Amino acid sequence: MPTDVENWKSEVYGNEIREHLFRFAEEGFETIPDDERDAWFERFKWWGLYHQRNGQEGYFMMRIGTPNGVLEPGQLRVVGEIADEYARGPGTNPIFGESYADFTTRQSIQLHWIQLSDVPAVFEKLEANGLSTQQACGDSWRNIVGNPVAGKDGQEVIDAWPVIRDLNETFKGNDDHSNLPRKWKVSVTGSADGSGQGDINDLAFEPAYKEIDGEDEVGFNVRVGGGLARNEPRLARDIDVWVSPDQVSDVAGGLSALFRDNGDREDRYNARIKFLVDEWGPEQVRETLQEEYVDFELRTAGRDVREEYTYNTGEGERNDLIGVHKQKDGTNFVGLNVLVGRMGADDVLELADLAEEYGSGEVRLSQRQNVIVTDVPDEELDDFLAEDLLEHYSPDPSPFMRGSIACTGTEFCSLSIVETKNRQVRFARWLKQHVDLPDDVDEFHIHLSGCTASCAQPQIADVSLRGMKTRKNGEAVEALDVGLGGGLGDEPQFARWVTQRVPVDEVPGAIANLIESFAAERNEGESFRAFVDRHDDEELDAFVEPEETDYEDPMMHNTKMTWYPYAEDDGMDASPPTPADD
Amino acid sequence: MTTRLRILDDGAWLSVDDTRRVSVSELWRLDSTEFCDCDLADLVVENFQAVGVDGPIVEVRVYGQCITCGTKSTTGWIPVGRIVDGEFTDLERESVLSAHSEG
Repeated sequence: MPTDVENWKSEVYGNEIREHLFRFAEEGFETIPDDERDAWFERFKWWGLYHQRNGQEGYFMMRIGTPNGVLEPGQLRVVGEIADEYARGPGTNPIFGESYADFTTRQSIQLHWIQLSDVPAVFEKLEANGLSTQQACGDSWRNIVGNPVAGKDGQEVIDAWPVIRDLNETFKGNDDHSNLPRKWKVSVTGSADGSGQGDINDLAFEPAYKEIDGEDEVGFNVRVGGGLARNEPRLARDIDVWVSPDQVSDVAGGLSALFRDNGDREDRYNARIKFLVDEWGPEQVRETLQEEYVDFELRTAGRDVREEYTYNTGEGERNDLIGVHKQKDGTNFVGLNVLVGRMGADDVLELADLAEEYGSGEVRLSQRQNVIVTDVPDEELDDFLAEDLLEHYSPDPSPFMRGSIACTGTEFCSLSIVETKNRQVRFARWLKQHVDLPDDVDEFHIHLSGCTASCAQPQIADVSLRGMKTRKNGEAVEALDVGLGGGLGDEPQFARWVTQRVPVDEVPGAIANLIESFAAERNEGESFRAFVDRHDDEELDAFVEPEETDYEDPMMHNTKMTWYPYAEDDGMDASPPTPADD
Repeated sequence: MTTRLRILDDGAWLSVDDTRRVSVSELWRLDSTEFCDCDLADLVVENFQAVGVDGPIVEVRVYGQCITCGTKSTTGWIPVGRIVDGEFTDLERESVLSAHSEG
């Protein structure tokens, strides 16, 4: 039997949701019929609006999809202005203030406290400047990710940006692909560093060479069925297909249609294509694609460059895109660390100014929640790097700052079990002050996800933290499971969950002890990932050793039971009223 | 009068008549030998899997973890509320809850 969500989608879904959204915005939030709220809130996701959690009724998270993380000149300013004007609510974050933008692990932007009545004005401003929230959430093609510096990167094998733009134009608002069984995450990477993180996407195009008529041509190998959520992480499976750039759209559309027609619409937990690939195997996916969804002969996979992958691998060069890097055109891109991906609206606007002053005005977003200012000429570099703003958003940060990723957490998210972003800021600051890595280790990735949805991609970090609860002195407190040794690369692997339910105030001590053991017992030049690899879970659990330190955590209690964790009167009874319609 | 019961947002909460009523991250004391070997499981609710009714009682099956022994599993049916005159009333979930396997 189809789920309620499927029934709602069969009634109204896709582009047509917009007219209803605007009608409710015009007539008022309260005019959404009481018995249709679940249905409309589900549908609004397709246009990038996600109802915030219990206690924050009537406020929305708005996600802006920026394909490949590319913000063309002027667009970052628009984001900053919208954040400043509209992303304000009854709660003030003690670290980030009243208004901010979040850069996500899928190269999108999230704003909070958006009111329904403001949506038409926000959409008008976004769309006038080439930005959109269309399909940013919901059961369809999500924001397409890749190496954010596609087209500029000196290390690239093939420029994937025209391919991504074409896919975005073809499959955004495309009625044939607007109602899929579940979300559809696509990665297209043209660089040899693996920074598109294709392995954890539903569909991945990765650079590969294929000999055609005696000549080596550059195109993409295809993998299908990766994803991290719900305690069921999967790496995308190789379906033995190589495509030329001009065939990517046909093959991507064929696989999207295959998923549309064969994905499980009766059980949303089983709906992602990773489960279909489990059931069918990659061979049947390929056969079905060939027989039913493309009208040309598929080529077998080409020679990939996975051996060269470095991004998020835990060793080697360029695990992220922080710092100054040479572009193909002789200018530079400068990756700036945005701790946990959150930037105050004022800082967003200042960064937009700097990008215009020193570069082309363009800014790009990475899957490590950071920003990259592109097109900075050599002669402007020193002045740019000397700007005050870069003291906070550093191109050369502490490993604990650059390695930190966190999801939204209980501040706004319904699924999360613990507070995340502010906690990860506190962790990173404490670790920076108290812990030294071995001299030759300059990156150490710690990803904090509030639940098993894995929005912070915890399974591919050196240290993976995932929200849990425990009791301490009889009291229920927020806790974290600790996983170790995850990473991507030629041979990606997920973290092993070695220590369970560490009270949050003992986590910094646990990481400090772990790093102390690593420093003391590693082989010469050994990476943390390799160190983890040669120990069993019991040994690793012993290295973790949770311990109270001078770190204090102000959010030990059940932050989900508050209307807003940082409010002075945080009880659900103090929840703000649904915002009045303007 | 019918009551609309749904699990929404990837199992994040139980919706009753289009209102969010029970959310993940609650800690329940669960009397269930089927879930784990503890006398009383101390269960973190991580995910709602299914909702049903037994007369006026609203029941759910959840995925979660006993924070005493570490068992991770899906529970039997656990009562979380009651429908009285068409209105949902929370059961006291701070006290001991019992699970049964028949839905």
